[in-house]
Amino acid sequence: MNESHPLLEMRSVNAHYGAVHALKDVDLAIYPGELVCLLGGNASGKSTTLKTLLGMLIPTSGEVLLDGEVVTERPISYRVKKGVTMVPENRRLFKRLSVKDNLELGAYLRKDTDHINADMERVFELFPRVKERLSQKAGTLSGGEQQMVAIGRALMAGPRVLLMDEPSMGLAPALVQQNFELIQQIHEAGMTVFMVEQNANMALSIADRGWVLQTGRVVLDDTAEKLLAHPDLRTSYLGGKES
Amino acid sequence: MANNWAPKTKVDWFLTVLRVLALGVVTVGLLAFIAQQISVDNPFARLINPDATGLTVAQFRGLVISGLSQGAMYGLIALGYSMVYGVLGFINFAHGEVFMVGAMTGMITSNKLDDAGLWESNFIGSLLFIVVVSMLVCTLTAVIMERVAYRPLRKAPRLIPLITSIGISFFIQNTSVVLLGPTSKAYPDMPDWLTAKRTFLEIEGTKILVICVAALAMLGLWLLVERTKTGKAMRAVAEDQEIAGLMGVNVNRTIVKVFAVGGAMAGVAGILWGVLFRSVIHYTGFLPGIKAFSSAVVGGIGNLGGSMAGGLFIGLAESTGPLLILEPLGVSGVSQLRDAVAFAMLIGVLLLKPSGLFGERLSAEDRA
Repeated sequence: MNESHPLLEMRSVNAHYGAVHALKDVDLAIYPGELVCLLGGNASGKSTTLKTLLGMLIPTSGEVLLDGEVVTERPISYRVKKGVTMVPENRRLFKRLSVKDNLELGAYLRKDTDHINADMERVFELFPRVKERLSQKAGTLSGGEQQMVAIGRALMAGPRVLLMDEPSMGLAPALVQQNFELIQQIHEAGMTVFMVEQNANMALSIADRGWVLQTGRVVLDDTAEKLLAHPDLRTSYLGGKES
Repeated sequence: MANNWAPKTKVDWFLTVLRVLALGVVTVGLLAFIAQQISVDNPFARLINPDATGLTVAQFRGLVISGLSQGAMYGLIALGYSMVYGVLGFINFAHGEVFMVGAMTGMITSNKLDDAGLWESNFIGSLLFIVVVSMLVCTLTAVIMERVAYRPLRKAPRLIPLITSIGISFFIQNTSVVLLGPTSKAYPDMPDWLTAKRTFLEIEGTKILVICVAALAMLGLWLLVERTKTGKAMRAVAEDQEIAGLMGVNVNRTIVKVFAVGGAMAGVAGILWGVLFRSVIHYTGFLPGIKAFSSAVVGGIGNLGGSMAGGLFIGLAESTGPLLILEPLGVSGVSQLRDAVAFAMLIGVLLLKPSGLFGERLSAEDRA
C-alpha cells in the first residue's frame, strides 16, 4: 500500500454541540499499518473526534476521508462496511449473549461466510481463550477475557483501521497492561490502530506517533518518543494528573 | 448478600407475613382438595368445607385442558409485551387491543368465508387463511402504532410511552366501536368433527387445535429469535442499542420488526380466541391483555420462554385454582372467581420471586 496515502483522515474538521465548539480545525491522518494515539484530558474533544470518524456526529465543517473517499456524511453502517470499526470504551459486550453471538454480531454487515469463518479462526489464533469460552455468556467472562472478545468482535467486521476508545478506562492496572499488550499484538499482526487515551505513558509506550488535543484543538503532533520527552506534555496539556 | 428473605425492616416483616399467608392458603386448599378426593367424608376435608363434593377425573382433566389452551393463548400475547419491554423498556398496554383487532379480523374474514360456503367445505384451509390475514392485519397495526405513537417518544422518559399506550388502547377500542358497532359479534360455527369430544381422553378438538397452533407459532418465534440473524440483531438491540448500531445493525428497523413479530403473535392469539369462545366485542382485548401482561411478569418479563410458561401458569391457575384451592376451603360461587385467582397468582408469585419465575435479577444499572 502507498505510504503517502492516508487510510483515515480528518481535514480541518470543526464540530459543535449546540453552542459548544467541540473540535477546532482538527487535522489528523492515519496511515496504513500505523499505531497512533490521540491524547487529551477530559472534555478535550477525544470522544467527539471518534464520533466524527465513525459517523455518529456530522461535523459543521471540514471533511472525513476514508481511503481517499469523502465519507463526512455517510452513516455508521457505510463506514463499518468500508473498514472502520471501533472498540468502545468499557468493552460494552452484549453480556447476556454468548461469546459466539457477540463475535457474529461484529460481522453483522458481512455476507461472505467463508471470509467471516476465516476471520473467526484468526481471532481464535490471536486469543485461544476466546475459543474455549465460545458458548458462554459474555457477561460471565473475566475482565481480561471480555477485553479479548471486545477486540475480537471488532476484528470480525474485517476492519482496515481499528479505533479504540480509552482502552485503559475503568480497568485494574494489571488489565490495563494486558490490554495494551493485546493492542500491540493485533498491531503486529498488521492492523492499523487509532487509539484515544488519557493514559499518555501507556499509549505512547506502544504507539508510533501521537497527537495531543486540548479544548478541541490539536496542540502537539509528533512521534511517540518526542512526545514522551516533551516537558510540558503532562503539566500543561493533560491536566497534570497523569503519573 | 445472605438471605434476601430474612426480615430486616417493618416492610420485610410485612412481606414475610404475606408470603407465609399466601403459601398457607394455597397449601391448606390443596391439602383439603387431596383429602376430599381421597374421600368426601375425610375428616380434614369435612372440617375445612362441610359441603365438599370432590371432582371426577373427567372434570379435572377438562379444567386442565381448558387451562392449557387459554394459557397458550395468553402466552402468545405475552410474547408481544415481553419483547417490546425487552427492547424499549416500557409496557405497551395497547398490545391487548392488537389481539382484539386480530380476533375481529378473524370474525370478519371467517364470516365472509362462511357466506361463500368455504368455511364448512374446507375448514383447515379457511382457518389457515384467517390466521394469515389476522397476522398481517395485526402486524400492520403494531407497526403503525410504533411509527406514529412510540418512535417520536423514543427519547422521552419511559412513563410517557406507557401512558401513550393506554391512550392508543382507548383509541383502538373506540375505532372498533365506530367501525363494527358496540355489540358482540359471532364467529361461524366450528365444524362438528372439531367440537366433538375425541374418544382420546375425551378432549374437545378445538382445545387440541388451539394448543397445537400456539405451540407452532411459538416454535416459529423461537427459531426466529434464536436462530436467525434478525433475531440476533433483536437480542443485541435489546441489550445495547448504541453498540448494536455500532455493529451496523439498523436499530429503528429492528425495533419495527420486534413490534411486527409481537403483532403477528397477537394475531394468531386473536384467532385462537375466536376458535375457543366464538364471540368478540370491542373490549375483548382488555382482560386477556391484562392476563397476558401478568403472564409475562410471572414468567419474568423480557424472557420469551418465561412468557410462555407464565401464560400456561396463569391459564392453569385460573382454570383449576377455583376448584382446587378455593372450593375445598369452603368459598362459595368459586367459578366467578377465576379472574381473581389469576391475579392473586400474579401477586403470589411476585411476593415469592419478584423477578418472576424465570426472570433474571435486574441490576440497578439495567433498570436505569
